[in-house]
Amino acid sequence: MNSAIEGIGLAPYLSVGAILLVLGVFGIFLNRKNVIIILMSIELILLSANINFVAFSAATGDLSGQVMTLFVLTIAAAESAIGLAIVTVYFRNRGSIEVDDITMMKG
Amino acid sequence: MMTQIVFYVFAAVLVLSATMVVCARNPVHSVLFLILAFFNAAGLFLIAGAEFLAMTLVIVYVGAVAVLFLFVVMMLDVRFAQMREGVQRYAPIGAAVGGVLLVELIMAFTHWRVAGNIGQITHLVPSSPTRTNTAALGDVLYTHYIFLFQTCALVLLVAMIGAIVLTLRDRPTGRRQNIDRQHDRIPQESLEMLQVPLGAGVAAQGGFLRPHDSYDVAAVPGTYGTEAWRAREAAEQTQTALVVITPAQGAKGQDDE
Repeated sequence: MNSAIEGIGLAPYLSVGAILLVLGVFGIFLNRKNVIIILMSIELILLSANINFVAFSAATGDLSGQVMTLFVLTIAAAESAIGLAIVTVYFRNRGSIEVDDITMMKG
Repeated sequence: MMTQIVFYVFAAVLVLSATMVVCARNPVHSVLFLILAFFNAAGLFLIAGAEFLAMTLVIVYVGAVAVLFLFVVMMLDVRFAQMREGVQRYAPIGAAVGGVLLVELIMAFTHWRVAGNIGQITHLVPSSPTRTNTAALGDVLYTHYIFLFQTCALVLLVAMIGAIVLTLRDRPTGRRQNIDRQHDRIPQESLEMLQVPLGAGVAAQGGFLRPHDSYDVAAVPGTYGTEAWRAREAAEQTQTALVVITPAQGAKGQDDE
């Protein structure tokens, strides 16, 4: 076991990750109208996955978890860039970013 | 002991700021709390010994993603008070789903044991106590995970191209060239050698744009600065003047964007 995580243990890390995941899911349901906050909630969910990866990586002494975290970071950055581009285009066309309005996807 | 205190401080601030991201009324505050959450997650990473990832999280998220969020939130002119209308309606179902998820996670964690011989399993890439985290990560990333690494680069490339394609507006305000025509030009038709007298100024010689049609030759017809664009601008000028005169159509220019 890594010396730094030894004094804390795996469980607190996993608990923080679980709470973050729940907060992210809750945020998606709570802010049904604002796409930007939904995107931020997705970022929180990915962050909780990252915390779990790093915690397991430190607990088992295997670097693979940290490499996976690096890839998750990359995908999250790409996802938020595309998502915000779609939001910008949608706002330009419709003048609002309410999720309830996005039922018509016909061009 | 000290590590534990630091860990719980970081964890508490992380959870609180994540709550504020979800619950804040103003999306700008949400983004700022998201930045705080990422800083504290970087602190947790540091405690776990993942120094490189902590720095990457701060640089990539706070430096790029969160600023991108902030940029979009401030750029879009959205009435945010109206955004909060559905909160009362959706809060119960959100709390129900979140509560069920939390209870399930707690059940899973409490009935889950780490195997006793976890220390004996062979790791694909064991972390070494002598190398720094960054060097060890680099060793692994460019050897074992090279294909995943390249795939990530491709994903980023596609994301970049996609974002540009999505947000690019084909408006005639840009200056664009007909590339083939531009490449076909030769110095004799696009350069002019002049003897400019000292102190006489260039206005007497006909200005800077020489030869006079040199811009229109290679520009895409209709783009900014060409003959067609100038004609259309002049026509719009006269049209706007007419609109100003008749007050009934005064709001005509507003659906331009």
